[in-house]
Amino acid sequence: MIRALAAASLRRHPARTALAILGVAVAGALLLDMVMLGSGMRESFRRFLLVQNFQLRIAPKGTLPMDTEATIDSASAILRTLHTNPDIVAVTPVLGAQIHVLQGARALTSFAVGIDQSTEADYQLETGANVALPDRIVANAAFFKVMHVAIGDTVDAVTGFDPQLRTYVGRRKLVLVGQGRFFYTSAEQPVAAVPLATMQAMGGPQRADRVSLVLARVRDSANADSAAAWVDRVIPRVTTISTDAALRQVDERMGYFRQLAVILAAVSLVVGFLLVTTLVTVSVNERLGEIAVMRAIGVRRGRIVQQIVLEGVALSLIGAAGGLALGLVTARYLNAILSDFPGLPSTFHFFLFQPVAAVRSLGLLVLAGILAGAYPAWRAASLPIAGTLRREAIA
Amino acid sequence: MTVTDTLPAPGPNARKPEPIVRVRDAYRDYPMGKETVHALRGVSLEIAPCDNVAIVGPSGCGKSTLLNLMGVVDRPSRGQVLIEGRDAGAMRDREATEFRLRHIGFVFQRFYLMAMLTARENVELPMAEAGVASAERAARARELLDYVGLGARERHRPGELSGGEQQRVAIARALANRPALLLADEPTGELDVRTGAEIIDLFRRLNRDGTAVVVVTHDAELAAAAWRTIHMRDGQIVSQPAR
Ligand SMILES: Nc1ncnc2c1ncn2[C@@H]1O[C@H](COP(=O)(O)OP(=O)(O)OP(=O)(O)O)[C@@H](O)[C@H]1O
Ligand SMILES: [Mg+2]
Repeated sequence: MIRALAAASLRRHPARTALAILGVAVAGALLLDMVMLGSGMRESFRRFLLVQNFQLRIAPKGTLPMDTEATIDSASAILRTLHTNPDIVAVTPVLGAQIHVLQGARALTSFAVGIDQSTEADYQLETGANVALPDRIVANAAFFKVMHVAIGDTVDAVTGFDPQLRTYVGRRKLVLVGQGRFFYTSAEQPVAAVPLATMQAMGGPQRADRVSLVLARVRDSANADSAAAWVDRVIPRVTTISTDAALRQVDERMGYFRQLAVILAAVSLVVGFLLVTTLVTVSVNERLGEIAVMRAIGVRRGRIVQQIVLEGVALSLIGAAGGLALGLVTARYLNAILSDFPGLPSTFHFFLFQPVAAVRSLGLLVLAGILAGAYPAWRAASLPIAGTLRREAIA
Repeated sequence: MTVTDTLPAPGPNARKPEPIVRVRDAYRDYPMGKETVHALRGVSLEIAPCDNVAIVGPSGCGKSTLLNLMGVVDRPSRGQVLIEGRDAGAMRDREATEFRLRHIGFVFQRFYLMAMLTARENVELPMAEAGVASAERAARARELLDYVGLGARERHRPGELSGGEQQRVAIARALANRPALLLADEPTGELDVRTGAEIIDLFRRLNRDGTAVVVVTHDAELAAAAWRTIHMRDGQIVSQPAR
């Protein structure tokens, strides 16, 4: 009967109820988006850093991460040293450089990485084959598009031009054998991978036995941070950062950002709360006579509060469900816009849907709805019966 | 000027049946800013089981105030109100509510039915609150609607009923938990003469069937239908025929 009454009073003003639900849905969507944004960027970074489970990133000392000019010399010595640590179970060197693809009079530029063929640490193959031979190249979709090439084509690639000798440096004919999705570069930037030895050879004497960075995988039972410290100690020329440490840095840098998201989420909670309070107050105020009559004929105060709170709960539940849908749609849309930001890796997402976080935040919204209904309900149910009946009879 | 009954001392030797309502020297003051409105000034009366009483008097003389005290929706500022032997002024809110639910039927000038519920659901409401099982509830609601002559209208909502019909549904609702005392404040106040007569008739029948009825009214016919009429003025009872 209580449920019937609550439903009935929501149906009494359908337009008003619909508007309130819409309002709660918008607040819920904002709340959800903020939660998705707040945790999404961090989670994205974590997944991004943890691709293929290489927890250590060993770079030349005193350089910025991703600096493609700085390199580490005597790479093979470093690799040998790394292999002496039983906690380090896999190592993969990477050499990044620019290459130019010659097409008639034109030279089109792309970023390229020289990689260890045995590990797919930089990209995931989508079609075709890996770079198993020295003259093989795998590229991303943007590369194929910009260069107007297809799998099976041979490209004429160089790493530079010597103006004095008037010749190209590191010229190679490379066969395109596959297309892949590269983890660390943005989707619209052309990028290719060749065997590390090929990359080093194309760079000439300056690039011999050099790498830009080395990724290392640490045994699950071992501590990545202490492994990183060990590397820094035994190889003073490099700086090693573990995924956890990187994540901590990211957390620090994103602190303000997360705070902003928390504040906006709180604001949307408050907005939802106020909306439900307003609606319940208005609807209770026009029912004061009815409520006083219910009290006079012996309906308990708690029962009346229950009924009114139930209305608030229904509003916020339906609103929260709408907010979930609306929030997901807007998050996808915003994600698409933000991911177009130049230079962002294609694996990076701003909004990440995590069911537990979503349920928790929308649960909070429903809780706010309950609290929002409780106060006006209790106030209305506690009015003096005789006085209210009298006032309502006069009105 | 004031004529107040001298109440017989209650006790096992009293010859009359125990009164269902006993008001003793009740006052009700309302603070209004710096002033105080004295709505009731020393009212004493008794209502017997099966009594049929009309309370009349000029507007503002305290009729509704008195009725509210008897209905346990208000408390006296001074004095005592005993309903079925229990002190209404001493009940806590929870007790008073439970008491109203099971012992008192209330009918108001405006019908105050729940607009979104059907006639039958309105009658069932107090029974649901009293924990009556739903099948029994429905059966009794039908019975009551038959009693007030609306057996065919159980599925209608208040908006689809005339004023007199709505008031009859309200009376059926007041009777839902078989109260011994029915209180009505101007029950014909918003009805025309003919529908008013139906209500008067209903009260008479109800009283014959064993319910004590107390009606506050301006309606001379309704007052005439009661066995006795209590006249009030300025918060006091000015004449009260013995029962
Ligand atoms: N809640 C209240 N606050 C202040 N004054 C009140 C309140 N209730 C009643 N009064 C005052 O008490 C007096 C008696 O009121 P009451 O409603 O009992 O009169 P009544 O006899 O029922 O009048 P009517 O015939 O117009 O309904 C009036 O002067 C009224 O203004
Ligand atoms: Mg009155």
